[in-house]
Amino acid sequence: MSTSKAMQQSFALRFSSGAFLAFWCLLAAFPIFWIAVMSFKSPVDAFADSPWDVIFGPATRANGDGLSVIDIVVGLIVLFFAIRWAFTKLPDLVRQYCPPGLIVLGWIVGALVYAIVFVLIFFGLLPLILGALNGLFGPLGAPVLGLTTEHYVAVWAENEFYRNFLNSMLVTAGVVTVSLTVGTLAGYGLARSGSDLAFWLLILALVFRALPHSVLVAGYLPVFINSSEILRPILGEGAPTLYGQPWAVIAVLVAINQPFTIWMLRSFFQNIPAELDEAARVDGCSHFQAFRRVIMPVMWPGVITTGLFSFLLGYNDFLVTSLLLDAQNQTMVPAIAGYFNRETTTTDQVEAVAAAVSITAPLFLLVMVFQRQIVSGLTAGAVKG
Amino acid sequence: MKFKTFAAFVGPSVFMMLLFIAAPLVSVFIQSFQVTQPILEQVEVETCTPGFLTQTCTTEIKTVPVLDDNGKTLTETRWVGLQSYQNVLQMDKFWEAVGNGSWNQIMQIDFWKALRFTLSFTLLTLPLVIGVGLAIALAVNNATRSIRGPIIFISLLPFIITPVIGSLSIYWLFVGDGILTAMLERWTGTNISMFAQAWTIELLMYFYRVWHVAPFAFVIFYAGLQTVNMDTLESAVIDGASRWERLRHVIIPHLMPLIIFIALIHLMDCYRVFEEIVGFRSQAHVISLQWLTYDFMTPDDAGNRAISRASASAMLTMIGIVFLLILPLRRTWRDHKGSAH
Repeated sequence: MSTSKAMQQSFALRFSSGAFLAFWCLLAAFPIFWIAVMSFKSPVDAFADSPWDVIFGPATRANGDGLSVIDIVVGLIVLFFAIRWAFTKLPDLVRQYCPPGLIVLGWIVGALVYAIVFVLIFFGLLPLILGALNGLFGPLGAPVLGLTTEHYVAVWAENEFYRNFLNSMLVTAGVVTVSLTVGTLAGYGLARSGSDLAFWLLILALVFRALPHSVLVAGYLPVFINSSEILRPILGEGAPTLYGQPWAVIAVLVAINQPFTIWMLRSFFQNIPAELDEAARVDGCSHFQAFRRVIMPVMWPGVITTGLFSFLLGYNDFLVTSLLLDAQNQTMVPAIAGYFNRETTTTDQVEAVAAAVSITAPLFLLVMVFQRQIVSGLTAGAVKG
Repeated sequence: MKFKTFAAFVGPSVFMMLLFIAAPLVSVFIQSFQVTQPILEQVEVETCTPGFLTQTCTTEIKTVPVLDDNGKTLTETRWVGLQSYQNVLQMDKFWEAVGNGSWNQIMQIDFWKALRFTLSFTLLTLPLVIGVGLAIALAVNNATRSIRGPIIFISLLPFIITPVIGSLSIYWLFVGDGILTAMLERWTGTNISMFAQAWTIELLMYFYRVWHVAPFAFVIFYAGLQTVNMDTLESAVIDGASRWERLRHVIIPHLMPLIIFIALIHLMDCYRVFEEIVGFRSQAHVISLQWLTYDFMTPDDAGNRAISRASASAMLTMIGIVFLLILPLRRTWRDHKGSAH
């Protein structure tokens, strides 16, 4: 924006707006940053009342867990180059080795390989090298920053948090795939039909969007618990009990998510000019062929954005999963409630913090990679009004 | 588009919504008038204990559940009319409290307590979210282009974080002698415990919700600010409008549709406030309507779920939704009719 002289702002205004922004950023990031710091400390440090104790962790250091100056410097350098490499070289590699049709799959494989290599180098190779270096340098090698990963080990290995992680992944992947498949078709239909029926469906979806989820779960719960008896006349002896089944939860979450999905996808489809599919129709395509051949290649930005929001819904859900899943196939977010219900010692509390950070980390990566899509998704529905 | 093709496109989605949203609503409505209980029967049991000379025998009448062939308890479902609603609302206690003119007594009843919190939560956070969101958007719009990206990234974090985790992360800052409580204690010189009384918990909840939703308002307002007509703005300057007047008379009217949109979404989401209760573990002090329903549905110590009371409280929650949506829906209906003719 080129500012004309009349629009220029006084120094005081610029300063206060900058200060406000800095304050907001501090406020936005601080709680998340702080639980990340806490999760690496021994319980005494994590819940110490002085912030410096929490950051430097004297009790953790006294236990012999800590980072020296060399550790920090080398670690930061490796981290910097790893992140830079991920944003500069990795996309080229994926493009080079991936068959053109499967670019999404290529990215998933690429990201997984990258994550594994990163973990191997950062947590496997680096400590070995640094251990030797610390011995050589004497005072510079002495630990200054208390840091321990024992809580993560306890959460993921001893408490089998990876089971919850896998369940979360299963539920989330199911929710994203199914709700996008169903929602894309509906969104396209609604965007291209100007009928009254389409209007009423959208209004109905808006009403459904407002319903508290507990109202719906109150409807599912008795049916799901007794479903094998209810379904026996239809399905015979093999009738399943829906309570505790991940795929039943997927269906429920997909349905809850549908109103939002179709509203969002509809607004994306309305942005694709209708002339495009009309041209295909003139050339003799049916509606479905036009959808498959003309619309599908250009709809991916909208679908990815909507998929992100479906992901968030499935991943963040507490109410539905905690009521409809039993302990064996619980997802991550309700599982963390288990930590603070049985918390008796501060160690349990710090383990809960570590679990919370583990849940947040994928979301952090998600914002990093998809920031643009998230912003465009948020504004898509609103700005056009 | 012909109706048949339209139906084929929309069908699966509508089917899922009907099966998993409309059908449960109907079943909740029916359940709220019913009660399912195990069938009990009274049996005369003679218990004898060995005693001197003769056995001592006592007969007593016990109430035991009837079992079927597989050893499961038989249950029966009865129509009880408005009984479950009465159990949730506790009107007799309510009127008695109103008669005494005692606000505290009303707040002893779970439902009214939850309603009070849900409403004040919804109405108090709404202006805060819009104000803070607008302030951030204006400030970011003022900032140098190169730092806008990182600021948006940081701002998105509170929005995207799992709500339970987000409220927990704030809870941990204050719990016991957490660093912020310790800091407050140093400033004020008094002993503070943030989670021992209702109003401090509520303050933290308001703070959490604004922290969580303001980024959403910010992103939308920021996108809206990019489309403000610069000519109008400059002519306002030439007319001698101060910065505040420009904001008041040019920018805010331009953003009005977005403000309404955010208000509507925020009202819907706030009305079902739930995760805060879990994250702040405030069930002893502060509860919300959705949490009340959730609590009825979680098994109690004996493993029973109070489904009919949950349904009744769910239906009562629905009444609020109707009030909430009636205005926007009437407006949409008028717009639709206006555009049709």
